[in-house]
Order: sequence, then C-alpha cells, then structure tokens
Amino acid sequence: MPEIRNYTLNFGPQHPAAHGVLRLILEMDGEVIQRADPHIGLLHRATEKLAESKPYNQSIGYMDRLDYVSMMCNEHGYLLALEKLLGIEVPERAQYIRVMFDEITRLLNHLLWIGAHGLDVGAMTMFLYAFREREDLMDCYEAVSGARLHATYYRPGGVARDLPDTMPQYQPSRWHSKKEVAKLNENRSGSLLDFIEDFTRRFPTYVDEYETLLTDNRIWKQRLVDIGIVSPERALQLGFTGPMLRGSGIEWDLRKKQPYEVYDRMDFDIPVGTNGDSYDRYLVRMEEMRQSNRIIKQCVDWLRKNEGPILTEDHKVCPPKREEMKADMESLIHHFKLFTEGFCLPEGESYGAVEHPKGEFGVYLISDGANKPYRLKIRAPGFAHLSSIDEMTRGHMLSDVVAVIGTQDIVFGEIDR
Amino acid sequence: MSKAQQLSDRLAQIFGGQLQSNIVDVGEVTIEVAAQDYHDVCLKLRDDESLGFEMLIDLCGVDYSEYGQAEWTTEKSSSTGFSRGVEVASHGYLRFGDDIPEKNTSRSRFASVAHLLSVKNNHRLRVRVFADDEAMPMVPSVVDIWRVADWFEREAFDLFGIHYEGHPDLRRILTDYGFVGHPFRKDFPLSGNVEMRFDPEQNRVIYEPVSIEPRVLVPRVIREDNRYLEPEENTEEGAADA
Repeated sequence: MPEIRNYTLNFGPQHPAAHGVLRLILEMDGEVIQRADPHIGLLHRATEKLAESKPYNQSIGYMDRLDYVSMMCNEHGYLLALEKLLGIEVPERAQYIRVMFDEITRLLNHLLWIGAHGLDVGAMTMFLYAFREREDLMDCYEAVSGARLHATYYRPGGVARDLPDTMPQYQPSRWHSKKEVAKLNENRSGSLLDFIEDFTRRFPTYVDEYETLLTDNRIWKQRLVDIGIVSPERALQLGFTGPMLRGSGIEWDLRKKQPYEVYDRMDFDIPVGTNGDSYDRYLVRMEEMRQSNRIIKQCVDWLRKNEGPILTEDHKVCPPKREEMKADMESLIHHFKLFTEGFCLPEGESYGAVEHPKGEFGVYLISDGANKPYRLKIRAPGFAHLSSIDEMTRGHMLSDVVAVIGTQDIVFGEIDR
Repeated sequence: MSKAQQLSDRLAQIFGGQLQSNIVDVGEVTIEVAAQDYHDVCLKLRDDESLGFEMLIDLCGVDYSEYGQAEWTTEKSSSTGFSRGVEVASHGYLRFGDDIPEKNTSRSRFASVAHLLSVKNNHRLRVRVFADDEAMPMVPSVVDIWRVADWFEREAFDLFGIHYEGHPDLRRILTDYGFVGHPFRKDFPLSGNVEMRFDPEQNRVIYEPVSIEPRVLVPRVIREDNRYLEPEENTEEGAADA
C-alpha cells in the first residue's frame, strides 16, 4: 500500500493574497486542497466590548473601522439599530443623503474588490483603474466629512452636516503645474452634487472598460468559471448574504425586501447569478455597480430639488446648533449633557440590518436603559462567508484558494471585529 | 395586525408551552426557550412550512450578570463630586485579581441568542436560550441544523465560555493561541489581564500582569427618562400637569 503523504501548508498571515491577516492551514494532497482551516482573530480589537464601555454616540467612529472599505454602511447598520430603539425619525433629506452615500460606499467597496481580486488572479491593470475611480469617490467623502476613509458622518437622527457647496481643490505643486491643476479641478468647480453627477455620467463608461478587460478575457474565465460553486440550498445553509447569495441564484436584497430609509422609492434591479461560481459572483458585483450608479443619480436629482433639515430636532440625541448654544441656556445644557453623559436608550433590544456591499451587516443591540450599550453584537457578513472556505475550496487547486478568497470579498476588519 | 404579531401568534400556536416567553417589541419577535427544548424548536423553526427559517443570520452569547446596574445614582441629587458618585464595584474598574462583583439579577447569567431569517417568507425571529449552570454554561448546538452556526458558536464559546453540546469542533476562534479566560464576560477587565513585551534579558516575548490603571471616563448612567415610561403613566403625569 502506498504511503499517504498529505502535507500541511501555512498560507498567511502575511501573504499578499490573504487580504489582510488571514492565516490558512491547508492540508494538501499534491496541489489539491483536502482541508482548509482558517485561523482568524489576528485583527481582533474587541470593538463590541469597547462599545460597551462608551456612550452610544462615541461608538460611531468604531463602526467605520470594522469593514474599512465600506465605512458609512457600517455606521448605517449601527444607527438603524439605535434609531429603532430610540424611536426617532430621520428627516427625509438625511435619508436621501444616507442612501446616496451608502451607494457611493458600495462603489468604493466593489472597486477595491475588483482591483484586489484582479490582482490576485493576475490582472494588474484592474487595480490601477479601480483606484482611479476610488480617488474621486473618496473626494466625496472628504468633501462631506473631512475624512477620506473613516468619515463618522452619520449621526443618530440624521447626518453630521449638509452637503457642501464646494469641492476640495488640487493645489499647484512641484509636480503639478498650474495648467495641470486647472484641468484636474475642472469638474470640482461646482458643488458636491455637481461633482457626483459628473461622476455618475462618467462611471458607466468605466464599468464598460473593466468589462472589456475582464469579462471575456480567457485567463480571467479560466480562473473563475466553475471555481467555488455553491448551490442555492448550500448558500442558505452557509449563511451567505449579499452578492454571495445572489450569485447562487437567490433573489434576496434587503434594499428591496426589507427596505430601509428611502430605498423603496428608488428604481433599481437586483442582479442574480445562475451557476453560483466565482464568475457569476463577479458578474453580479459588476452589475451592482451599474445599479448603484443609477441610485446615486436618482438621489442627486432629488437632493437638488429638495432642501430641508438633515438632523433631527430632538436635542436629547443630537447637539443643538452652535449659535443657539451661545445664547440659549437650554441648548447649553443639552450640549453639555450630550457630550459628557450621552443619551440613554429605553430598555429593550433591537436588530438593525443593512444591505452592506458584502452582504447583510447587522447590529444587535441590548440596552438596559443606560447611556452605554449593555451588549453590542456585530453581525459581519464576511465572518459567515469565510467560515465556508473549507467547503468552497475542498478539491480545488492551491491557486484556486486565492480566487475563492477574492470572490468572497474578505476584509479582516469586520471578520475579526 | 402587524406581520410580527402574526408570526408571534403562529409561534404560540405551534410551540405552545415550549415557549418561556414570546414578545413583540419594536417590530421584532423574540422567543425564549429552555435549553432542553432548544434543539427541537430550532429544527421545527427551519422545517415548518409557515415558519421556514432556512437561514441563521447571527448567533451570539450574552452575559447578563450586570444587567440594569448603573455606576452613578441619578435618583437623588448629590453634593458629592463626580468621582465619589461612581460605584467602584462595576466592571469598568476591575483589575487583575479583583473579586468579581455579585450579579444582581435572578435570571441565569449566560444566554445564547440566535437571529433567524426566512428568505422564503421574509420575516425574522430572535431565539434566546439561557444556560442553566453558571459555572459550566451548556447549550445544545445547532450546527446540524444550520451549518453557519459553526463559527458563531465557536465565537460565543471563545468570548463567553458557553459550551455548545454536540458542536463538532469547539475551539477558540478570535483570541490568541494560548489565551486564558473569556474576554467578553462582564467580569473580564477591559484592558485585559496580561500584557506582552519583549524581554531583552531572556531574549523572548514575555507576558506580565497589566500595568494600565483601570479608568472610566463616562460613568454608566441609567436615567428614568419620562419619554420611555409606559403610556398610561405618561398620561397620568400629563393630567397632573394640566
């Protein structure tokens, strides 16, 4: 009888294709995976426990740092749970702004995903293309919140401030002459909405460019078609959500099925795959980018026509205006209490879920009536997706592990929390 | 009748006495079951046509030992300062080796909470099960019902020390190799128990008790906010004002 010689391969945690700090223990027979055992937790920061030690309004910034490529969607999930329990209304304009930025965030996420996924599989150019567009979108983040990544822009009862009338400008430097800078600043001369609208006009062409590079590319198809097939039944068993579930052919999107904010007024379609392989998931995400672009356009049109408050008037949860605070005693007290003690939630529990770019991002909040959460549980979509990697890669080649990691769109900030 | 209420009624009809509680709050249905019924109930939740919870969205542990405990008394005004108003026994002030504060609720300390989703019927449900034994909390595993429970249960075991009976591979998942304790328990200090540094004399990494002073910047406060009082109490107050 021949000797069985399986050997163990240690993949990561410092491997460039491991998308962060994934450590995979792979049991191999030759080049074929017999068993994959991910070791996670290398980025565990105990966000949930930290949130238990802070007033509610101080944890919003932590949410950005969970899935650090789709920042505002994380905040949104947290605030949905919070607002549900508080029972406060978000002004209509703020809801549109939130939806618009959720979709901008989705583009940011999918662009990073396509860039990194392409890079893993061998398409270097995609990365450069994707980051060109990400730059514009991060400028939108910067214009509205001052930060390019960790925005902390959503607040209980609305958003931090209204959309600005000016865009940040490029400055002439040793590397960019005045003439070059003027060209770069061309579409930044108007308001943020002008800039976003200009972007939505350009973006479909960009997606076409990506598709020209990849969709019919022979190497791309050889690497993705029939890799990591998940049947619809298994996808449900494995807790897949978002593009992973839709790639397997189940039409499920919280934006349509359990709409929050103003998604029920938006006109968009849900792309669905048929084979449940990596290539279908790629196609689903590409189409999602086009659909997000449509939603952004609709939000821009509405936001142009309709002015209004962007934050609730309930000063128990949001601070009063600065000038009011200087003249009005009540406002001063509200301000002081909010920033020293925060606000108390009624006793109870709630679960808020958003259709995050990666899947269902949920926040489970237990309140015992205090100004800090009693327990905060973050349901990260990537956590459920990564747990299926053993099933998805078994019997595939070593190089396919990289493709599966790419197709799962893994970001360790949210998996390890 | 709201959709949540319909689901709640349907659950009461199917499970009857197996449900310890069945609440609808903020549009969400929560049921509580005993540990011995948990697995049967879950199986039926998945396989019954009208319920059809084919998906486990989330599963987590909860430590209820400090529920409803505030660090600052707010009922009476105090002439004493901020620091003296703070209850020192709470977990925010715990240090390495301190005695664990006694819990002040009658319910069991550990619970496992599952969030279910039915894609077919488009509804959600929360199932809570309390572990009876506090020294060795034990809850049946649902991995055989929903495969995704695997990692979620490992996480709850790692962070809370809840044992899932029947789990095929109950290992730690998020904490470091060789970690001692269950960090999300309320009696585990926020700063942890040990800190790590490189010792040039021994030429290796060593662990020592933490040197960080525990501190609480904002005390935990529970206010009797009249916005959240029961509706009838509110009207009484309103009548008295008038």
